[in-house]
Amino acid sequence: MIALSDYLILSSIVFCIGLAGIFINRTNIIMLLMCVELILAAVNTNFIAFSYYGGDLAGQIFVFFILTVAAAEVAIGLAILTLMFRSRGSIDIDVTNTLKG
Amino acid sequence: MEFSSILFYVFSFFFIASSIMMITSRNTAKAALFLILTFFSAASLWLLLEAEFLAITLILIYVGAVMVLFMFVIKMLDTDQSTLRAQFTRYLPLGIFVSIIVIAQIVLVLNAGQFDIAMTGIPEKHDASYSNITAIAEQLYTLYVYPFELAAILLLIAIIAAITLVHRNESRSKKQNISEQINVQAKDRMRIVSIKPKSAKESK
Repeated sequence: MIALSDYLILSSIVFCIGLAGIFINRTNIIMLLMCVELILAAVNTNFIAFSYYGGDLAGQIFVFFILTVAAAEVAIGLAILTLMFRSRGSIDIDVTNTLKG
Repeated sequence: MEFSSILFYVFSFFFIASSIMMITSRNTAKAALFLILTFFSAASLWLLLEAEFLAITLILIYVGAVMVLFMFVIKMLDTDQSTLRAQFTRYLPLGIFVSIIVIAQIVLVLNAGQFDIAMTGIPEKHDASYSNITAIAEQLYTLYVYPFELAAILLLIAIIAAITLVHRNESRSKKQNISEQINVQAKDRMRIVSIKPKSAKESK
């Protein structure tokens, strides 16, 4: 029988893969957005596992709202990405250093 | 080992393997395709956890809409892959190091026994007449109705923001400038020209 801890370990592994993806694909903004999606999928798996083993539907409702916010985030993020490519001709994150921070 | 446990391990293998392939693939379009496989595996795992509505929603919204949007942008931008991957190996050891540390810490905490089957108990399976969608809807439209409407407003704002950001042709939109209309004066619109009347001889 699969226990709750198995699901939690699985989602933590996928979460850390997404984290490593942000580290190693540091310059490509599309890859950064996709790694954020991967992290959100791992977190949602956590929520649903707790919802199933705890017998409470609130976790699934929470995942519903996370999916909504993530869809909005992707839409605006890709719009900003398109604007950036139009004005700078590249989606390299090192090009966006005009603030000299 | 029962059948659902075998399914869990199969889907977990695809979940982890495709996400590793996603973050290490050289081509962004290939990475998007591997992310789609990751979402399918996640949806299968959610089906095992009896979250049928969210599993279908993940496939419909994420694979059907969000990943298609990603593919559109990847193909439209046509970026130079070689410059983007230049620093790939530079941060690879650091990324793997940090990830392994975090995984080790989380596994140490989670394996302490408080999330075992002895503590949580085996959740009872629902029979075939149980509807996950009905159960979610009963909560969503009563207890969580205000967050639900807020989510709708959020999506509307996202639509407006995305369209406004990438809308290119300013001249094609027929908008009014109210202050310009109010401040208009007679000399802007009307020109008084003095014309000499021709004499009667010339007109013959």
